[in-house]
Amino acid sequence: MQIISRYNCSCLLLISLVLSQPAVAKDEYATARAAMLRSIEAHVKETSLYLDKEALNPSVMKALGSVPRHEFVPQSQRRVAYENRPLPIGHGQTISQPYIVAVMTDLLKVNSNSKVLEVGTGSAYQAAILSELVDRVYTIEIIEALSEQANERLHRLGYDNVQVKTGDGYYGWAEHAPFDVIIVTAASSHVPPSLIKQLKPGGRMVIPVGSRFMTQELLLINKQQDNKLITRQILPVMFVPLTGDH
Amino acid sequence: MGHHPPYLSILLLSAGSLAYEILLMRLFSIIQWHHFAYMIIGLALLGYGISGTLVSLFQKYLLSRYSQIYLVCLLLFSLFTVISFLVAQTIPFNAEEILWDWHQSIYLLLIFLLLAIPFFFAASAICLTLMQYSAQISRVYAVDLIGAGMGSIGVVYLLFMLFPQSALLAISLLGLITVVVAVWELRLDERLRVSLVLTIAILLFIASGQTIELHISPYKGLEQSLRVAGTRIIEQRSSPLGLLSVIESKRVPLRHAPGLSLNASQEPPEQLGVFTDADNLTAITRSSDKLERLSYLDQMSSALPYHLVKPERVLIVGAGGGSDILQARFHQAPRIDAIELNPQMVDLVSDRFRAFSSALYDHDNVNIHIGDARDYLRVSAQDHDLIQLALLDTFNASTSGLYALNENYLYTVEALQIYLDHLKTDGYLAITRWIKIPPRDTLKLFATAIDALKKSGVQAPEKRLVLIRSWQTSTLLVKNGEVSEQEIDSIKTFCRERSFDVAYVPGISEQQANQYNILQRPIFYRGATALLSAKRQQFMDQYKFNLEPATDDRPYYHHFFKWTTLVEVIQLRGKGGMPLIEWGYMILVATLIIALLVSVLLILLPMFYFQRHPIAPSGVLSRVHVVLYFFLIGLAFLFIEIAFMQKFILFLHHPIYAISVTLSAFLVFAGMGSYWSRHLGRKFSDRQTAVIAVVAISLLSLSYLLMLDHVFNHYATAAVNIRILLTILLIAPLAFFMGMPFPSALSSLQQYDRHFIPWAWGVNGCASVISAVLASLLAIHFGFTVVIVLAILLYIAILFLFPLQKIKQA
Repeated sequence: MQIISRYNCSCLLLISLVLSQPAVAKDEYATARAAMLRSIEAHVKETSLYLDKEALNPSVMKALGSVPRHEFVPQSQRRVAYENRPLPIGHGQTISQPYIVAVMTDLLKVNSNSKVLEVGTGSAYQAAILSELVDRVYTIEIIEALSEQANERLHRLGYDNVQVKTGDGYYGWAEHAPFDVIIVTAASSHVPPSLIKQLKPGGRMVIPVGSRFMTQELLLINKQQDNKLITRQILPVMFVPLTGDH
Repeated sequence: MGHHPPYLSILLLSAGSLAYEILLMRLFSIIQWHHFAYMIIGLALLGYGISGTLVSLFQKYLLSRYSQIYLVCLLLFSLFTVISFLVAQTIPFNAEEILWDWHQSIYLLLIFLLLAIPFFFAASAICLTLMQYSAQISRVYAVDLIGAGMGSIGVVYLLFMLFPQSALLAISLLGLITVVVAVWELRLDERLRVSLVLTIAILLFIASGQTIELHISPYKGLEQSLRVAGTRIIEQRSSPLGLLSVIESKRVPLRHAPGLSLNASQEPPEQLGVFTDADNLTAITRSSDKLERLSYLDQMSSALPYHLVKPERVLIVGAGGGSDILQARFHQAPRIDAIELNPQMVDLVSDRFRAFSSALYDHDNVNIHIGDARDYLRVSAQDHDLIQLALLDTFNASTSGLYALNENYLYTVEALQIYLDHLKTDGYLAITRWIKIPPRDTLKLFATAIDALKKSGVQAPEKRLVLIRSWQTSTLLVKNGEVSEQEIDSIKTFCRERSFDVAYVPGISEQQANQYNILQRPIFYRGATALLSAKRQQFMDQYKFNLEPATDDRPYYHHFFKWTTLVEVIQLRGKGGMPLIEWGYMILVATLIIALLVSVLLILLPMFYFQRHPIAPSGVLSRVHVVLYFFLIGLAFLFIEIAFMQKFILFLHHPIYAISVTLSAFLVFAGMGSYWSRHLGRKFSDRQTAVIAVVAISLLSLSYLLMLDHVFNHYATAAVNIRILLTILLIAPLAFFMGMPFPSALSSLQQYDRHFIPWAWGVNGCASVISAVLASLLAIHFGFTVVIVLAILLYIAILFLFPLQKIKQA
């Protein structure tokens, strides 16, 4: 009798576990996502000297808190999807470190009316974050397999305001130009002149520079109303100033 | 079994083993990055230490079956040269993830354990032979060294003839041939049958025409480019200077124009990409007579000198695919001399893609010189209006395979003096570098230029320097004369039109130095002015990176690491501090630490074994002396070899000649010394032989330290063959005596008890690994002269540690 009751208990427990698994998994990711946000917040505070601010725009943080990053990484990487680090996504490409995605998005200073061009869709995580903040996102990916994957993923997750194109991002996307902001994550030896042209006066362009597996330096290009270009280079790494008073 | 040691198979095995070591460096420089190649192969050589330990522990069993075990070792060496590499390159190691992901450390460990296997078998075969034929120890060791010397030069020729992956098969084949040779040398009963089987195996091996495909890291430039649809490799060339891969991309044109101004409106014309070792891209640009199509080349920071001077004669150091030559042509320079180290690169532009480049290298006003820049300038009587050091790190990349420690003689104080000596009055030296934030090499170069000017007798270097920067590149100008007000105006106009910043010109203010690419602090300006001020040393001491100029004695231009910054950078681990870590240096340190830990284990294991199973009456032989003696000569031998190799590189200039000539000369003459030590042994005791050798090594090293510079200067303009001959003549006596202390002590051990031989062999193997790394670290901090002095002291110390002192007392 005792054996039977134990057996029944075990079965019940197993059934309840199986039934509750999606909820548990969902909670797990929610917890991981919340931890990721805390990590980004802490990191921003530590690097405030270089970012000129103590906290990022709350709408940016909200977007990071709602996009399911685990959906944008390969199955093998889901376990670590919310760790604050870049991850490989195949095809020699990576999904950027969440902190860098957050800082780049913040630097773009978008509003709901902004028209955004992204060159280098990759996993489409950055596009999904932007789609939470703006009306239209146009994104170009040169590697066909990644582009198709991104299109399917964005559609499945309901990011319908993102348009993905397979092709060469060097000439931007003339039909939809000019853009309020442009983000370039594809490798290039220089900033393509066409992209500068497709940036509206007063627009902003952000380009991460350096190894994709390390915290990248960010290049911010401001196109002033008189079309003059001013750049800023930001290394968002907590590093005490180089020398004392020099 | 034969009465004589199997000399020929030992010779072939040692040649194969050393060739394999150099080849692995080549292969891993292609599939990974050369820093990690250096670490992996350095540690794999611990296979020598492991062999010493295992043979020590199982020597009775192994020696009772010497012939069979010897053959098995040779066979497994041959097989594992290929197997280890094939398995190792399937391991998904990604160097850049190592601080984020602990799995990468495991992958790294697996790779070096796999690669240690062939070295283990080669070393075990040699060690067992030393024991088996302990009466002929100095001869066996001599053959081992001479074989290694032949291997080191042989592999260079092999790499000129074959692609690295084919060279790997060739070395494996040499291993199989070595087995056949050994079967006959050992006079085995069934030699005919075994030889026949092996010969058939070799023929099958050749007939099967195996090819090995290299699995290049997906994060290297070449692989990234090939991901783009329509991109393909259309030509490949290989030599010890690197694997050149030419790509074309029909659907998505290649547009290589690093440092292009944001204001540029024109893109580059059609290009072909040339990767060296799957990275370091340079472009061959489709040239035409319409020079205006090249106007993008005027939108780079490197174009500045053409706006200050109309050069009659331009010298370009590092021609690569020809971008800088095109830049000079665009600015209508009447005569362009260009130097390129890699003849295959020149061949690609001037022959294979001659039509594409419109015979760029054969234009009437272009002269291409194949070789080293300093070598060229030494013999050239011509002065130039402009000397351009190209942005391509071609010279570095080319030498990465055989020469992974990143010594660079193009950016030393002495090198800059040579460039300045070849400038006409009011001519310019222009050096373009990548911008790093926080600044490192740009400021170091600025400091180097100040030192070079001061050493050349210039009283006011601040009046001759110009530094401009874009977000991507910086260009330093050093003028042979004072920069005029008019030129300063031209510089400001040039920068304004391209949104570049003037980081330093005489008389500039801080506000003017941070206008277009705005940095939080104008650190380039502040760095430049501080380096010119009386507070220079204070600035350098406080700066977080090492900005001390590189010199010929410490040719580490790319070394910026400071130990005081390490703690802070380690705290940033996982927070993105990695770009601030200088990988090359940290890898050297990590390699040293791992090698030390593994060596301690390998050395102590047999020590405990001997304690439990005493094979000698206690108190007669000092185990500590055995360890110390063989450890210190391992250190000292390589200290001298590496340090003098550096000195001779500066004399021969060409890294391939220098490495192959000096390395093989050291090994072959040390082998002869080892052989001769036996003859000396007839007149003198082993210890006396060691004393004679140490005295000779010390005197020769000291005299070389004092006179080499004079000899080098005297013969600097001699033909390369004369310099090679002189190098061999100078190395010969030194190496000859360096070959003696090891076999003398082994022979001494053998007279007493040969059981210690494998242990001594292993200790020496471990010391060799540690020594190579330690010599580099010491050279980085103190220079090669100090390394040589230390080696002399170590040699003197071993005289007090000669392992059989106590026997004689007993």
